[in-house]
Amino acid sequence: MPSIETRKNADKETPLVCVASLTKSFGQQTVLKEINLEVSRGQTLSVLGQSGTGKSILLKLIIGLHKPDSGSISIFGREITNLPLRELNEVRKKVGFLFQQAALYDSLTVEENVAFPLRRHSRMPDDQRAKRVQELLANVGMDQDAHKMPSEVSGGMQKRVGLARALALDPEILLFDEPTAGLDPITAAEIDDLIVRLQKERHMASIVVTHDIHGARVVSDRLALMRDGQILVEGTFEDLQGSRDPFVMQFLSNS
Amino acid sequence: MKIQFVFCIFVFAAVSATAIGEGSVLRDTGDSIVKFFEWFGNLGMFCGRLVRSALTPPYEVREFVHQIDELGSKSLPLVALAGSATGVVLALSIRDSLIRFGAKSFLPALIVFSIVKESGPIITALVVSGRAAAGIGSELGAMRVTEQIDAMEASGVNPYRFLVATRVFACMLVLPLLTLVSDFCGIVMGWVANAAAEPISLQLFIHDGFKNVTFSDFLPPTLKTVVFGLLIGVVASFQGMHATGGTEGVERAATSSVVLASLFIILADVLLVHLILVFFR
Repeated sequence: MPSIETRKNADKETPLVCVASLTKSFGQQTVLKEINLEVSRGQTLSVLGQSGTGKSILLKLIIGLHKPDSGSISIFGREITNLPLRELNEVRKKVGFLFQQAALYDSLTVEENVAFPLRRHSRMPDDQRAKRVQELLANVGMDQDAHKMPSEVSGGMQKRVGLARALALDPEILLFDEPTAGLDPITAAEIDDLIVRLQKERHMASIVVTHDIHGARVVSDRLALMRDGQILVEGTFEDLQGSRDPFVMQFLSNS
Repeated sequence: MKIQFVFCIFVFAAVSATAIGEGSVLRDTGDSIVKFFEWFGNLGMFCGRLVRSALTPPYEVREFVHQIDELGSKSLPLVALAGSATGVVLALSIRDSLIRFGAKSFLPALIVFSIVKESGPIITALVVSGRAAAGIGSELGAMRVTEQIDAMEASGVNPYRFLVATRVFACMLVLPLLTLVSDFCGIVMGWVANAAAEPISLQLFIHDGFKNVTFSDFLPPTLKTVVFGLLIGVVASFQGMHATGGTEGVERAATSSVVLASLFIILADVLLVHLILVFFR
């Protein structure tokens, strides 16, 4: 796995995530139609939209939890839509995923949750692993709660632990599914700051799915606004502000 | 044999469709039949994925041992209690009948035979089905609806290998061991109940009870519980892994795991008893 310094000097133009003409349906309902997007190293793309527009499904397709009906998903230049499970799992090790409700393993403590991917995918000795877990938890301000169960910490703290777990294998791509949903404004701002700091430190390619336009503006370089399973507009926040599309204007004015 | 088999299939279809249809009680027969076959199709694919995951490394030995502890040692008191109660009930009910027919001396043999050949294995399987199937169904169901299984998959861990295979194999291993415990407790408590009515030494009771017991009386019925363990593990894991719809979905997964696992066990027992009679008589 390349070091963070190597990453900073790596080619910034080649996209790490490249989605082309992606379509996905569940039964009769088409949730994603002809989605195209690219994210390069060091970039953060926020995908915005109303609830139920298929934003979370997009992330799950990128990590291979669902198969698309058509289109391609390329991660590190590798097409993953038809990859055998073993090879897909190798790709997944380089991609971190923060779930909407953090999805911490509720039978494991906070530190065991963070240690889980390390235990599965690395041959670190126990003492080194414990040290790494402490570092990861300290990085998100959760080192004092390492022995607590997920149910004993707040929603914001669960998100932090989820983030520490997502970073455990030092991923090159990080996917965030509604990182600030259900949090109070102060905690949401803390999570946004944490995302910005980690992005600066680790130089990853990140995709943030959210309906929080203010958070998206803070954490991302580019924004994509979705409507009815399609990307309506993509660009900087200023590009979105300059759009004359009634839906874009309404979305921005109501946020 | 053929009639019994066809009867089994009919009962199976009707009751499973009811359980799978979540209370629709065959209101729409067409839908229920489609659901029934769809369920079996999905179960088949689930088993295929399970076998592929279980046979390829890395093997989850640590989690397997953890599951043996979870399913085995925690079911032990319940199984011992159920086995003991069975022994007492058998001793009390058979004793009365045998006295009427003047065959009281057969009591130890009858208790031992009925416990070792049928009561022990089936009671153990049903007790474990009630405890373990509900546990597996609800645990995996809760993990599914809270995206913990998705999180596991997203981190490159195969949940079929880590969660399902370990539970299925643990069930298959612990069922025969728990059956031995149940048999032991049943026989001992059968002696206690018998001795309470009419003093008889344990040594004499055991001697009379096991006098005519052969290898084929003991081993096949005990080992058939491996199949029961397989059914409990597979059905409960399948229901849990396919749970949808929040808390209600978890509840449905737990309930249907117990109902279907118990039903499958009883029906499998019909076939296994026939097979044992054919091959080991």
